[in-house]
This record gives sequence, C-alpha cells and structure tokens, in this order.
Amino acid sequence: MSALARTEKIVPTAMPKKSASVLAFSRKPSSRFRAGPIAAAIARNVVPPLVVMIIILALWQILCSEVGATLPPPSQVWQESYDLIAYPFFNYGSQDIGLGWRVLISLQRVAYGFGLAAVAGVLIGAVIGQSIWAMRGLDPIFQVLRTVPPLAWLPLSLAAFQDSNPSAIFVIFITSIWPVIINTAVGVRNIPQDYRNVAKVLCLNQFEFFFKIMLPSAAPYIFTGLRIGIGLSWLAIVAAEMLTGGVGIGFFIWDAWNSSRLPDIIVALAYIGVVGFILDKLVSAVGTIVTRGACAS
Amino acid sequence: MNAYLKLDHIDKHFERGGQRAEVLKDINLTIGKGEFVSIIGHSGCGKSTLLNLVAGLTPVSCGAVLLENREVNAPGPERAVVFQNHSLLPWLTVYENVNLAVSKVFGRTKSKAECHDWVMANLDLVQMAHAKDKRPSEVSGGMKQRVGIARALAMEPKILLLDEPFGALDALTRAHLQDAVMEIHLRLGNTMLMITHDVDEAVLLSDRIVMMTNGPAAFIGDVLDVPMARPRNRIELASDRMYLKCREAVLKFLYERHRFVEAAE
Repeated sequence: MSALARTEKIVPTAMPKKSASVLAFSRKPSSRFRAGPIAAAIARNVVPPLVVMIIILALWQILCSEVGATLPPPSQVWQESYDLIAYPFFNYGSQDIGLGWRVLISLQRVAYGFGLAAVAGVLIGAVIGQSIWAMRGLDPIFQVLRTVPPLAWLPLSLAAFQDSNPSAIFVIFITSIWPVIINTAVGVRNIPQDYRNVAKVLCLNQFEFFFKIMLPSAAPYIFTGLRIGIGLSWLAIVAAEMLTGGVGIGFFIWDAWNSSRLPDIIVALAYIGVVGFILDKLVSAVGTIVTRGACAS
Repeated sequence: MNAYLKLDHIDKHFERGGQRAEVLKDINLTIGKGEFVSIIGHSGCGKSTLLNLVAGLTPVSCGAVLLENREVNAPGPERAVVFQNHSLLPWLTVYENVNLAVSKVFGRTKSKAECHDWVMANLDLVQMAHAKDKRPSEVSGGMKQRVGIARALAMEPKILLLDEPFGALDALTRAHLQDAVMEIHLRLGNTMLMITHDVDEAVLLSDRIVMMTNGPAAFIGDVLDVPMARPRNRIELASDRMYLKCREAVLKFLYERHRFVEAAE
C-alpha cells in the first residue's frame, strides 16, 4: 500500500515538468499523445461486439446444455475441437491437417477463379460499356446467366474439365464474374463526356484510353463489382468443395458431418466467416487506396 | 488577310427520331495567324457547337473547317481546347495532367528531361509550378483553369480554342485569368478562338468579335473590329472612348437587334 501511495505522489510532481518541456520545444503534438484517442476508438469498436458475443455464447451454452439437445454447446466445442482452434497449421498427414492449411487451399482456388473473373470481367465490362451494340447483344444473356445458382454449373464443368479442381475454379469464376462485368459496364458508361473529349483532343488510342482514362474513371464502380464478386466466390467455394472433395474447408465440413463431428463443423464455420470478412475488407481497402483521387472531382 | 483558320459555309443540324434541328447555318469566318477572335451570343445560339466543330469533337453537316488550307474533321492536339469546366483528370496531379498531354504530343520527339522541362515551363507560364504535386481537388477553381490552359498550351497548338474558359469563375479570379491569357497571347502570339457570353471580356481580349444571332439556325450577325493597341490595361480602358464604343456596339447587337426571346424553344 505504502509503495503504491509513494508512486502516486511522484507521478503528479514529475508530469508537469515533462509536458512543459515537450510543449516548449515542439510545435506539433508528438504521436504518443494520440495514444489516448486511439485507445478510445478501439474501445468504441471492440467492446460492444465483444459484449454481444459473450451474451450469445452464454445463451447458446444454456440452450444446448439441456439433455437431448441436438447441437453441442460452446464448452463442448472448445473441449473436443481444441486442436483445430489452437493449432491452425498442424500437419499429420494427407487428410489430417489444420484448418489454416485447408483455408489456404480453398483461398488458392478462389485466387485462381476470382483472379480470372476480375480480369475477364473488367475487359468484357469495358467492351459492353463502350459499345452500344455489344450491350444490346450481351446484356440480356448475362442477365439470364447471372441468376443461375453457382452449384448448377458444377455438373457441367465436371463433364467439361473431367477433374474436380478446375471444375471448382470454374464455378468460382462463373459465380463472381457477373457483378464485375455489370459494374464495370456501368462505370464505363458513366465516364464523363469531358474526359472523353480530353482523350479525343489528345488523340489517345484505344489502349491508352483504356489505361489512362477508363480504368481510373471507372475504378470506384469496378471495385464495387470486385467486392461483391469476392463475397460470392467465397460462398461458392465452400459449396463446390462439399461436392468435389479434396482438402478444402468445404470438404472438411462435409467430412465432419459424415463422421458426426459437429463441434468441428462449428469451428470451420467460424473460420469461413472470419476469412470471408477479411477478404471483403481486403478488397475494399485496396479499392480505397486505388480510387483515392477518382471520386473527388 | 492571310487565312489561317477558315470556316467555309458550315451548316450543322442534329437529327433525332426523324426530327431535324437546325443549329448553325452558313457560317463563314476567316481567322488570321496570331489573331484573337471571340464569339459572342445568347445562350443556346450554338456558339459552343461551333467551337466543337472547329475542335472536331462534332462533325460538320455541310461545309468544311480548313486549317492552313487543309481540311480538318477529327480532333487533334494542334487545335487544343480549354474546356469550360477545366476537365482535369482528378486522379492525376497537376503535373501529371499536363504531362499526359506533353508525353502524348512530344513523346517521340523530345527526351524525358525535355518533356519534364516543357511541362514545368508551361506550369510556370500560368504560375502554377508551385502546385505541381497537388491533385485538382486540392486547388481552387481559378487554379484548375490555369492548369487547363497550361495543358492546352503545352500541346503547342496552331490554334487555341477556349470554350467559355472563365464562365465558372468569380469576377476577381476571372479578371486575373483574363490578364494571364492576354499576357500569354502577347508573349507567344498564339491564334486564339474564344467562346464567351461576357461583353467586357470579349472587348477586352479580342481583335475581332463575332456576334451570333439567336438560334435555331443561327448565323454570324456581325463581326466587330476592336482596333485597340496592346498591351491593354483594364483600368485605363474603363474610360477609353474606343473601348466604350465597341462595348456599346456589342450591347446594341445583343439587346436591340437580336434580343434573347425566352419563349423561343
């Protein structure tokens, strides 16, 4: 007690001296003075969801602890699937690997499928946005095709590719390409006439126009499309992997269901949710960096 | 006069759904090298359309635009345009906006260092070198238009087309920019064609003022010579007899002979 009281006494006498000297020599407040507001911002954004999560977990625990409950309570999930939660990157053989590895494998498929969809989608969208005839011809077809559910493409792609991995990638591609095409086309159609006039006076060729005017001008729209697309592809990969097998996170869920490991499924769901959230934020962050200048005119 | 730019019997009409709208009819105009010509008229008389025809942004329906006796019917950097709303690309900095034009027009003939010097020379000309790394959204409206002028001048155009370049600016900024344009015209001797709806601006800047009648099917009602010595000073001119006479002539044309009829479609 006495030691604590002594330190408390020392602090107020030392503090004014320190702050006075800092204020006298620097004009701008140094970064350590911003620690307070940052801590407050973290508290504002982290504490409420944390509280809600604890309430939900408690409710869940109460509801699923009764005799005859069909689903496991959180405590059981923690006990039975502790390996999966605590060690995402263990590797005990071909089918006995951590969820981190499985997520990475699924992400790799998404990267291929979504990457292809992003490039193809932007190019096709640019053509549709530029040419009134391409729009008239292709738009009705796209409007019909984009309503086809992702998994409906799977049998067809299995037949075409004769292999599960390219089929899964194709399903990702075909799922995520539509919002990219449609948003890019809208963005290109909305390029202000002023910018087109500038390009005309400068005699920019198609190639230069695409990179110097079209892409930057339509970037906010394109990134809206990409953000919807990455969300859809993460939805589709889990479903596709359930059917095609392999080592992805989707197949893990199916496998766990077949061997009645319900706690594992719950952990996998949490993984999928968190990764999907991170993917969305990632695309949105890239979008804000890239389109910094394009919105304010 | 030595014909540098010639508008030869130009007609322009727009067609939409079988309906034909006559905009310009039988426009004949000759502009000499180094001349500053303004086109003035009420709004909707087709003066912007006329500038777009010269720029090649819209095709003529009939007749031809001749620059140094050669027909021009597509846009090109030798007829650089200063747009009304500056039209700078917001994702590029001031420097990059000018450099886009310079590297496109001189990319093959000048080295990188020469291109850089040329961009800076033009930014210096409009006194915008200090803001070269700012984005258009970070500078004022007058500064944006200065950069727009620098971009157009950097193309070394044979004729500079100004489409109501100061229309969106406040009166004080407008006066500053008018002075800047007059100084550039005096120093470089460019041929300039300016669209305006400001009588004072037209008299102050121009060697000749082309006055358009009201649309539809507008034509050149009258051409007024402004025989005042350069450099011109706006304060001295305020009481100059020639200035007042020219101003009166334009006002009479616009408000007596060709009054703007609000009800006309």
